[in-house]
Amino acid sequence: MAAWTPDQPMVRLRDVHKSFGQSEVLKGISFEVMKGEVICIIGPSGSGKSTLIRSINALVPINSGSITVEGQEVNDPAVDKLALRRKVGMVFQQYNLFPHRTALQNIMMAPIHVLKQDRSEVEARARALIRKVRLEGKEDTYPGELSGGQQQRVAIARSLAMRPDLMLFDEVTAALDPETVKEVLVTIRELAREGMTCILVTHEMGFAREIANRIYFTDQGVIVEHGSPQEILDHPREARTKAFLEQVL
Amino acid sequence: MQEIADWFRSLYETTGLNFTIFYDPYDAWQFARGVGMTVYLSVVSILICLVVGVIGAWLQSSGIKVVRGVIEIFVVIFRNTPPLVQIFFFYFGMGELLPANYNDIGLREPLLSNVQWAIISLSLFAGAFNIEIFRSGIEAVPDTTVEAAEALGYTRLGVYRHVVLPLALRVCLPALNNNLVNLLKTTTLAYAIAVPETLYATTQIWAESQNVTEMMFVLLATFVLLVGVLVWVMHRWERSLRIPGFGR
Repeated sequence: MAAWTPDQPMVRLRDVHKSFGQSEVLKGISFEVMKGEVICIIGPSGSGKSTLIRSINALVPINSGSITVEGQEVNDPAVDKLALRRKVGMVFQQYNLFPHRTALQNIMMAPIHVLKQDRSEVEARARALIRKVRLEGKEDTYPGELSGGQQQRVAIARSLAMRPDLMLFDEVTAALDPETVKEVLVTIRELAREGMTCILVTHEMGFAREIANRIYFTDQGVIVEHGSPQEILDHPREARTKAFLEQVL
Repeated sequence: MQEIADWFRSLYETTGLNFTIFYDPYDAWQFARGVGMTVYLSVVSILICLVVGVIGAWLQSSGIKVVRGVIEIFVVIFRNTPPLVQIFFFYFGMGELLPANYNDIGLREPLLSNVQWAIISLSLFAGAFNIEIFRSGIEAVPDTTVEAAEALGYTRLGVYRHVVLPLALRVCLPALNNNLVNLLKTTTLAYAIAVPETLYATTQIWAESQNVTEMMFVLLATFVLLVGVLVWVMHRWERSLRIPGFGR
């Protein structure tokens, strides 16, 4: 297979199916994301959004179909999952910081343990990331002492410390207080503006409108429709999209 | 030191309470050696049983069924049999199976000494409990935390070493504490295979000096003290592992 080049899709899903027992949660999902694009996936709960985003870094194995990241097939038993995950950063709804390590250590752990990088170099980068997510002074604070929004920004910095090519955001503001949602969104917006390729599952429609190149509306395991933010949010064609948007907007 | 010895000697002469270990150099030496052996058995067994627990708990989550089965059987055997029976099993049962040398006058010199068998037996006994204790801690670590580590590219061993184990340890320390205290007390069973630990030394002393009652008190006080030291060390450890904003 030819090596991946940036003019090809960075992420390509083809007819992805996934079942948990009897219930099929992904029923043939296909889409493509180019380098530097920001994609938002919206839809009602239980529509398979989280499963979809987790399948991209092989946290959830799929039943059939194809997922490639930078030309590498993810749905292949022989795939080097660890190498894949080093390229793909992920941020979770529940932050999932390591509670026994300080904010700075959380950011430094994976580059040192996984990438075997030099500690002093990693520390310099981690301190720069702390500044980037506006948490100066919180370096030596433990996750349990931080607010949700602060924890989530540490989690974003932790992912960025691995210098990923692609970032996955799984409803990262869903567990936050309304007033702290903004600080996290500001961080993600900066990332997107810097050209980071991002796939977001989100319920923040205003944010999706502002940041996304394309929005995909999913319901019951299929992509109902997709298009620019204006097309999906202002002029939805499908009845299901309209009904969903009426409820959330 | 001389004052203490004199005081206990006069105590014996005036009241008949005979604490030989405080004024008789031979008894003192014998007793000190016994306590030294108890400390040695305890420290070595504690270290080995912790390793057994950490590795066993890791293997328990292995993807290979046979490995999990072996750990399961190991835990059942050592949890469901009395520790004294285990010590006898190793010393008399396994000891016979191992090859041995014979010295110049034809006496059998076993490969492992009674002290070594005691350490093996006690370590596996406490290790089996540690496996279960660590497992309870591991199960308390949220799957989502493990998932976050996986998403960062950690290997299974990396997740265990850097994330799961440090968190599990904090959860299971109270239970671990109990097990290690139990282990220290169980070292007295090595008496049965003539390991010269505290209980053994004490019985030697009272057999010669005819001071059973006095030595019983000394024995109790000694273990209260030894366990006290262990508990103090464990609490120090627990405190040093405490994470701000985590748990209580």
